[in-house]
This record gives sequence, C-alpha cells and structure tokens, in this order.
Amino acid sequence: MSDISWGLWQLLLKGVWITVQLTVYSAALGAVTAFVIGLARTHRRWLVRFLSGAYFEIFRGTSALILMFWMFFVLPVGFGWQLAPMWAAVLTLGLTYGAYGSEVVRGAVAAVAPAQREAGIALGFSPAQQLWKIVLPQAWPEMVPPCTNLLIELLKGTALVSILGVGDIAFGASLVRNATTQSAPVYTVILVMYFVLAFVLTRGMRAVERQAKAGIGRPPAKRASLFRRAGGGRPATAVPGAGAGATGRGEPR
Amino acid sequence: MTFDWSAVGDFLPAFFRGVLVTLQALALGSLIAFALGLVWALAQRSARKAVRWPVTVLTEFVRNTPLLVQLFFLYYVMPEWGVTLSALATGVIGLGLHYSTYTAEVYRAGIDGVPAGQWEAATALSLPRGRTWTAVILPQAIRRVVPALGNYVISMLKDSPMLFAIGVLEMLGEARQFSSQTFQTVEPYTVVGVAFLVIAYPASLLLRALERRLAR
Repeated sequence: MSDISWGLWQLLLKGVWITVQLTVYSAALGAVTAFVIGLARTHRRWLVRFLSGAYFEIFRGTSALILMFWMFFVLPVGFGWQLAPMWAAVLTLGLTYGAYGSEVVRGAVAAVAPAQREAGIALGFSPAQQLWKIVLPQAWPEMVPPCTNLLIELLKGTALVSILGVGDIAFGASLVRNATTQSAPVYTVILVMYFVLAFVLTRGMRAVERQAKAGIGRPPAKRASLFRRAGGGRPATAVPGAGAGATGRGEPR
Repeated sequence: MTFDWSAVGDFLPAFFRGVLVTLQALALGSLIAFALGLVWALAQRSARKAVRWPVTVLTEFVRNTPLLVQLFFLYYVMPEWGVTLSALATGVIGLGLHYSTYTAEVYRAGIDGVPAGQWEAATALSLPRGRTWTAVILPQAIRRVVPALGNYVISMLKDSPMLFAIGVLEMLGEARQFSSQTFQTVEPYTVVGVAFLVIAYPASLLLRALERRLAR
C-alpha cells in the first residue's frame, strides 16, 4: 500500500468524487423515470400501459453495459448525437435503473388498498389529488427498502463507465495499477471504497425509511445484522419470488 | 441513419461464437453460484459464531462491491499470488462468486419459509441432522425458490458482458472486435443489444409462468 504515492491517492479520490456524482445524477434521473413509467403502467388507457410496459421490458431486458456502448458508439455514428461521456453514462444508468425502479413504484402503488382510492372518489378528489394525497403517501414507505437495493446496484453499476474512459474510481485504479505495477493493493483499496460508499448509502436510506414509516404511523422494520437489507436481492429484476419477500405482495396484474 | 444489413451478415459468424462463450460462462457461473450460495446459506445458519461471522462479512462485502472491480481483482491479483487462469475461467469464477452472495439470500429465505412443523416432524422421527436437511428441508426450500434463482440467472446473463473487460470474447467482445476491424459500429452493437432482449425476455416470461405454477 505504501507504493501508492500521494499523487496516485489523489487520482483515486478524484475518482470517488466522479462516482458519487454519477450515482447522484443517475439516481435523480432514475427516480423520475421510475415514477413516470411506474405510474404510466397503472394508467387507464391501454396504449399508455402498453408503451410504458414496452419501455420497462426493453430496458430491463438488455444489459446496461451494452446500452452504454450503444449510447457511446452508435448514437454519434447513427444519429449524429455526440453526448459528453459523463452524460451518456448518466443517461444509460438512469434509464436502466429507472426501468427497474418503475416495477417498485408500480408494485407499491398497486399494494395500496383499493378502498383508499374509493374513499378519495367518494370525497370528490380529482385523480391527481387521489394520487398525491392518498396513494403516494401510503405507497412511499413501501418503496424505500427495494429502492435502497436498487441504489446499491446503481452504485455498483457506475463502475461500468470506467470501461468507456470516464474517470471514476475503477478508472483511477487502472491508472494507479499501471503506475505501480502492483494490483493487489490498489484493487483492495477501491473495493473497500465502494463498500464504504454502499454502507453510507444503506445507512442513509435506512433513516429515510424510518422517517417514511413514522409518517404513516408504522414502526421501522427489524433487521438482523449490521448491514442486511430487506430481501437482499434485486427486487425489480425478480418477479417477486422468495428473494423479494420484503415487498410482500403478489402479482396484482 | 444507415443500417447496413450486409454488415450484419458479416458479423454473424463472430456473433455466434460470442453467443456460445456467453452461454458457457452463464452455465458454469450459475453452477458455481447455486452451489456456493447454498454453502453460504448453510454456513450462516451454523451454531458457531466463528463460522457465521466471516461468511456474513464476506458475502456482504462481495455483494456490495461492483462485479467489474472484482473481475479486475481476480484477473490481475490472482497471477501475483501464483494462480494463473484463463480469462474465461476467471470470469466464470467472478460471476459465480458474485451471484452466490445473492443466491445465498434466496436459499436463506427458502429455508426460513419451511414450516416449523417439518423440523419438528424430523425430530420426532429422530432423523439424523444430515438426513433432515437433504430429505426434508432442502427439497421443500429449493422447490419454492427456483423462480428466484432463475431470475438471478437472467441477471447474470445481463452482467456477462462485463467479462469483455478482462478480455473474454463473448458477445460484446466480438462486437467490439468486429467494429474495430471494419469501422462499422452501428450494426454489431445493435445486433448484440437485440440478442439480449431476444434471450432475456422469453426467459423472464418462462420464469413468470413457472412461478405461477409453483405458487399454487
């Protein structure tokens, strides 16, 4: 580890900053995508449901890395749109993980008891008011734990950008490896860096979850170990099987 | 935008070589993930803290760090320790190890889902511990987690292009090579992207059907 000089450490730290930026921007784009697509998938019109369903299947069905290559190499040649590498990466990650997130949103919205919506109708709420004032406040706490898993997956997904030359942690590591000709120290260091980032993210989301649950008068979920997230899987990849027991709902479709 | 179908034709032989490598990596990776995941799940139920703790720490660490970096770690660090494997073998180990931490959670949920009465019945029949696991608990636990395991196989398929980063010539690797030789980028990447959809979508439909059957 002593082989890594201060200049090389700076490379890695700069990489951490890029990774954090990538995660934040992609998460923001992903959240918007997840809500728009997830709600569109519960829409009354079949055309809206069909289009949003197609989006979900396409972005869930293909690999994020392939999509990233496509954004980097096919868009400029085929369509003449050259995106800055950072934004192409954010776009890919946001759209992909937004598709996964849309399943979380859809499931949580579908799990709100139908009587709640009916009460809204009976009280003369408009559909938008029903959504904002009745459905989403109750669905939100249900969304947080699976969203935590997705955020971790997103954080891990940001490492892909290093293949395409965006200077994140993994990219910094390849530079350091070339400089020191030793792989074990630098790769150990960056694995720990990713782990710490993931840990901070989990802890932060746990606070969000506690607050969200308190908002509708429910106690926070009990957890066994230092780090265990409910279900421990990629909930949206999965049709809710055993791994996604955290969301605890069937297939209402 | 011009889409050159003849370039697609030229790419196809290399593409099918890539598909074969991808499927190989996927099959072997799944085997490792299924086996190792069961080992982790059982170890985490061990009565001994000295077994439980290291396994928990290891699986949490592997699950919360990127597969890509783990692949680099295996690919560059193992030779420094005197273990030199081919790129494909390294990739298979990396995929299998990474996903074993996910399948471990799946098995854990499956085992937790077996009713307590089954354990009690096994005790009442004074079945030995090994036989309780192999004849009573695991058959029931695994049966109900098959769809969830299948989902991770699909996830693994979608992560398999990462093997290209350590030099495995799977689908994406072949596409990259083809495009750098012929300067045609649109066609190979599009073909590979569509191929993923064509494989992953029917597979997920199949799993949904399977789950509906098993859920009854």
